[in-house]
Amino acid sequence: MAETPHDDGRRAPLPPVLAPGHTYGSVTATISDVVLARALDWRWAVGMGIASSLLMLFGGAVANLLFRGTGIWGINTPVMWGWAIINFVWWVGIGHAGTLISAILLLLKQQWRTSINRFAEAMTLFAVACAGMFPLLHMGRPWKFWWMMPYPNTMALLPQWRSPLVWDVFAVSTYATVSALFWYVGLIPDLATLRDRAKNKYIAMAYGSLALGWRGSARHWSRYKSAYMLLAAMSTPLVVSVHTVVSFDFAVSVIPGWHATIFPPYFVAGAIFSGFAMVVTLMVPLRSWFGLKDFITDRHLDNMAKIILATGMIVGYGYAMEFFIAWYSGNPYEEFLLLNARPFGTYSNAYRMMVFCNVIIPQLLWIPAIRRNPIVLWVISIFVNIGMWLERYVIVITSLSEDFLPSSWAPYSPTIWDVATFLGTLGLFTFLLFAFIRVLPSIAIAEMRELVHEKHHEAHAAHAGHGVDAAEAREENR
Amino acid sequence: MMKSQPADLDTPLTLAELMRDAAAPDAEATGPRYWRSLSELADDGAFTEQARKAAARAQAAIHGLDDASRRKFLTLMGASFALAGVSGCAVQPAEKIVPYVEQPELIVPGKPLFFATATSLGGDALGLLVESHMGRPTKIEGNPSHPASRGATDIFSQAEVLSLYDPDRSQVVVRNGGVETWERFLRFAVDLRERKLAEKGRGLRILTRSVCSPTLIDQIRRLREQMPEARWHSYEPVNRDAARKGAELALGSPYEAAYHLEKADLVVALDAELIGGGPVGLRHARAFADRRDPEAESPLKLVAFEPTPTLTGAAADRRTPVASADVLLVAAALAKALKVEGAPDLDGKRIEPHAAAIAALAAELEAKKGKALVVVGDAQPAEVHALGLAINAALGAIGETLTLAPPADRGPVDQTASLVELARDIRAGAVDTLLVLGANPVYEAPSDLKMAEVLQNEKLTALVHLGLYNDETAAISHWHVPEAHFLESWGDVRSSDGTCSLQQPLIEPLYQGRSASDVLAALLGQVGVPGQQVVRDYWRTKLPAESFERTWRKALRDGVVELPAPAEGEAPPAAGAPKLDKVQWPAPAAPSADELEIVFRPDPTIWDGRFANNGWLQELPKPLTTLTWDNAALVSPKLAERLGLEDQQVVLLEFRSSSVEAPVLIAPGQAEDTVTVHLGYGRGRAGRVGTGIGFDANKLRRSDAPWSSPGLKVLPTDRRLPLAVTQHHHRTEGREPVKVSTFEAAKHHGEGDHGHHHPDFSFYPEPPVPQSEDYAWAMAIDLNRCIGCGACTIACQAENNIPVVGKDQVLNSRELHWIRVDRYYEGTEAEKENPAIHFQPVPCMHCEKAPCEVVCPVEATTHSQEGLNEMTYNRCVGTRYCGNNCPYKVRRFNFLHYSDRFTSAATTPSLQLLNNPDVTVRSRGVMEKCTYCVQRINEARQNAKIEGRKVGGDEVATACQAACPTRAIVFGNKLDPESAVSKLRKSERSYALLEELGTVPRTTYLTKLTHGAATPSHEEPRHG
Repeated sequence: MAETPHDDGRRAPLPPVLAPGHTYGSVTATISDVVLARALDWRWAVGMGIASSLLMLFGGAVANLLFRGTGIWGINTPVMWGWAIINFVWWVGIGHAGTLISAILLLLKQQWRTSINRFAEAMTLFAVACAGMFPLLHMGRPWKFWWMMPYPNTMALLPQWRSPLVWDVFAVSTYATVSALFWYVGLIPDLATLRDRAKNKYIAMAYGSLALGWRGSARHWSRYKSAYMLLAAMSTPLVVSVHTVVSFDFAVSVIPGWHATIFPPYFVAGAIFSGFAMVVTLMVPLRSWFGLKDFITDRHLDNMAKIILATGMIVGYGYAMEFFIAWYSGNPYEEFLLLNARPFGTYSNAYRMMVFCNVIIPQLLWIPAIRRNPIVLWVISIFVNIGMWLERYVIVITSLSEDFLPSSWAPYSPTIWDVATFLGTLGLFTFLLFAFIRVLPSIAIAEMRELVHEKHHEAHAAHAGHGVDAAEAREENR
Repeated sequence: MMKSQPADLDTPLTLAELMRDAAAPDAEATGPRYWRSLSELADDGAFTEQARKAAARAQAAIHGLDDASRRKFLTLMGASFALAGVSGCAVQPAEKIVPYVEQPELIVPGKPLFFATATSLGGDALGLLVESHMGRPTKIEGNPSHPASRGATDIFSQAEVLSLYDPDRSQVVVRNGGVETWERFLRFAVDLRERKLAEKGRGLRILTRSVCSPTLIDQIRRLREQMPEARWHSYEPVNRDAARKGAELALGSPYEAAYHLEKADLVVALDAELIGGGPVGLRHARAFADRRDPEAESPLKLVAFEPTPTLTGAAADRRTPVASADVLLVAAALAKALKVEGAPDLDGKRIEPHAAAIAALAAELEAKKGKALVVVGDAQPAEVHALGLAINAALGAIGETLTLAPPADRGPVDQTASLVELARDIRAGAVDTLLVLGANPVYEAPSDLKMAEVLQNEKLTALVHLGLYNDETAAISHWHVPEAHFLESWGDVRSSDGTCSLQQPLIEPLYQGRSASDVLAALLGQVGVPGQQVVRDYWRTKLPAESFERTWRKALRDGVVELPAPAEGEAPPAAGAPKLDKVQWPAPAAPSADELEIVFRPDPTIWDGRFANNGWLQELPKPLTTLTWDNAALVSPKLAERLGLEDQQVVLLEFRSSSVEAPVLIAPGQAEDTVTVHLGYGRGRAGRVGTGIGFDANKLRRSDAPWSSPGLKVLPTDRRLPLAVTQHHHRTEGREPVKVSTFEAAKHHGEGDHGHHHPDFSFYPEPPVPQSEDYAWAMAIDLNRCIGCGACTIACQAENNIPVVGKDQVLNSRELHWIRVDRYYEGTEAEKENPAIHFQPVPCMHCEKAPCEVVCPVEATTHSQEGLNEMTYNRCVGTRYCGNNCPYKVRRFNFLHYSDRFTSAATTPSLQLLNNPDVTVRSRGVMEKCTYCVQRINEARQNAKIEGRKVGGDEVATACQAACPTRAIVFGNKLDPESAVSKLRKSERSYALLEELGTVPRTTYLTKLTHGAATPSHEEPRHG
């Protein structure tokens, strides 16, 4: 629940979700100028340069992969899944924050989501795009990827429905489709704003065609609102379902360390955890570089930090339960893996680092001053990103590396091509983000204007001393 | 391209030149487009001269290139020679694209034919049946009628088909580095014959390996009749000199001992590799396994004393690591305890820790008189062999468990001495012509003979080398003649028990090779007599004339020659009682902390180096170390600790002023102060596969210490050499993949805890396919019979077109073997010096509730109605989820395009002939695994259908099962109550691997049994 700045006297007042003094005009101008008016920023140019270089690296890595085969990676027998699957799960996890922020927080009427939802949604889409690369690329014969789809064919052969990989195909593609629709529908009023503000005829035409003839009539708004709410309602279960299905890739198997009933909730919490961390990682520099501190305030950082803390605790609980079940079940394979191999074995460094990043570091967020310190928060978010990557590393690699028959155990180490492919998707992700910032409004203008409106009425209500609380006031004003 | 200026011909060719030449052949200068024979071509003297020089330049160019461009160059060279019309390299038989007008008898496309032939190794022979598809030999099986084989094969004979098609085999006659023709060689041979006849053979020497071919022996005998001063030397790096000299010491004549394990109750192996290494090992392995059957009256007990772990030691009920030099002390202690006459009184301090055990063993031997046997290994000195014979005589073994016969190999008794003498004579200038037939003395001779230098003696004007490869010796020879593979030529072999077999060609020589017989025939003045004629002519003298044709045909068909019973007077004289009075007991030369003992052993997979270019054998994990593609210095864990050595660390091995660098591999079970090195590696000219890998242990080998000697220094360096070991973890971590119990428990408890009845209980749903009521294929692997030799792995590789992946891929655990042999050490940390060793072959389990099938997204791996877990290669997209979800990790993935990696169609067309046409060749990105040889099941099904009957319960034999020397693998229909597999599944010893997972495997195991306590740790205290 968002708190009003003055309802708790014991603590320092919370920063506002929108800096005071903004009008409809100033909000629109500040946000749309990033796209339409601002000159090329050198920081953007440098960032875009690095991102493009990494994107080219990605191209090279993929070309080599297609030419020579997955053998260029470090995977082997028994560790047949390596960085590709780690990266897939990591990126899908990151892709959770956007829809969570947009849909669930919208339904829960959290007004602080307004200024970050557009960006978070874009991030979701781009992360899912990166994630989607890996299951395709990791296949031995990627050009046959469409065999995973149910398509009519002369062999009358459908995918094998018992396989979690098939569920994955549907879960991820549904999620990507709904997220993209949700994002695009939300963009329509803003595209119209850009169309109206663009001075160049062709740019106006481009935005105009994307705005689908939006004129801002009351009927438009009414239909837009119900469509947006419906899409939000549709996306909400997807937030939970996608990572649940991804966790089934592991939980449905027989491998110790994978075969665990706690995986679905633990994966979903981990996804939100890493997703929010990634939003913080991107938002902190962005708001400073593009002068958006008025819209993305310390209040936002504070709230996100709280979510990171909460989900981090759930993840920590997941780790603890894995230990407990390994001991309690008496399963010797699981016991060996969780009580011996992971904390003390070949990959103990990764495991310990993971616990440090995901469980210990987020505890700092109990301190309010740290939650509101952008730099410290940013550093913590980086730790969480690394920690969550390591979590997937620990799950995928350690479990496969040392499973049932000791004769088959073999160590795993990545090759330069594993690293290049991962860096490449980082390049793809940042490339898309940088392009997005310059081409589309990275904060929802229409929703910000709404917020200005609401803030105005809130202040009015408080001033009038009607004693209604803020939420009720908003409800009235709607 | 032959227009180049003569001056050019003496300078090496460049790659660019060659490409230009290959691209634009000059019609005028090229050889005739069509010719009937090489001799027709060779008649053009000037042309041949040009071709020879061009080839010499090409060869010089090859040696100046790095590996990658050399490979490219070789393809170009092949192309350019073909254009020059010199050598079309009869790579494959002419292809017919129209159907036969008259169908040749028995040739039915798709139906293989089997021909009987035989191979030899180290002077002993093994009968084989070779599968031939449309004129291409593709797979080797054992010959059930041959006593050494009894249907089984060893790894070497399995891999011979790959050697046959090896594109690196020598392909052309070479004289002084230039290309020549066989006809010109014949001219040389005829001249030589005339000259040597005049000189009575003075200065003519023949060097062979151990020869067991009656025809060849007869040819050499005839040659020496015609040229009495010519001499025959033979040298085999893995020879039996010591055993023969020992027999000579004790019996007065070099008798060869044959062991009859089938009659023995207690066998003591003194540094003896009884059940491995060559044809006689196969015979022993089968007898050993049969006598270990828990149903047997009193199962055989095996006790081993050895410096380095062997298959025999691993199979033993009790194995004690002792230094090689201390084996004599053990033998002497046994002899003394058994009151053997003339037993030496040696200082037994070094074997003090084992004194009680030896005394107890002597008492056991005493009690088993007549059914006991002491076997001394070939690597032990003659004195130990003499002592062994005396002990056996005292135990009443001679005539019972041990028989003595003159050696099958009729060459020199002491091969090392014979080689030393040859080297001495060449140095003295007494030799002007040396024929090296099949041997490679430059590589394999002891280093003190400096054979490379000796053979370049200027008095030796004609060094003629016949060999499968253009190897180290060929490089310095005046003449090199490519040798025909035994699958390409006529011949005969005699095995150690006297059984004779004929060798018949299954294919025209791929590379115009000639046999040793052909070369000797030329020297005998029989130019142009075909090989078959030579062999037939010999056998005409041995077989009754009236039934000769029938016997000959029967021998070709059965693979065994029916010999007439020897007449009364012909029987070899029986050996007398062994006496020890002539034996000079050697001064104790025991290893110490500074002077370690070095022990030489043939490599378990590439033997003395002759198989170095065989990728299958290179990639076969060596049974005890699981090492591939390399040899290593094996050290005990204690020594490693003392010297601070780690696996893969490179050390300098210094022995008598020679030194080599070798990577270390820590081998549990190794005697503490003993370091073992394997022969066969470090080859200089083995071929593209075998050249330059490993280190050459021959450099440390001395003619006076061929097998072991103290005096080794190990100097650690700080470099590391990655060793491609296939098993990284050696302990069972408290899991019980191999169940071990004792014979006593098996007998007394019956239902004891040594095995489980596997309930076919599982929470998992039934497979979605209705199951057949007629067939349910299943496999049972008896761990009590398995000796871990690896024949199953190679047989599977040959049958199922499994590619070789190379050292870099094995280093990353990507080997493709469908059946692997796991090796576990058992024992506490304190027992790591001498743990119990267990082997377990692991093919696909064909689970009834298979975890792999559930997770495949595209239905590429499915359940058949007969319970096979099937892979549909062309449906596989390569998600590898099945491989991850397999608890047994038997699924193998084509991470790269392995099927083309070493056998690219562009560079090596000959290897395409090797593939089994009944099995798909897999492309990259596809999962593969054991199919239970589904192609063999289908063949049986077709035959049964034609004959209107059901497939018999034991009718189908998988490749691994067929090759297994101990019959440890049994396959069949478990729904047939009479089938062997369904009986074994009902055995009290039967259990399934990881059965608690509920996968209900179709492959089951039978508990291994030992004598006494299950863990050898209770048998005797470990020593330092």
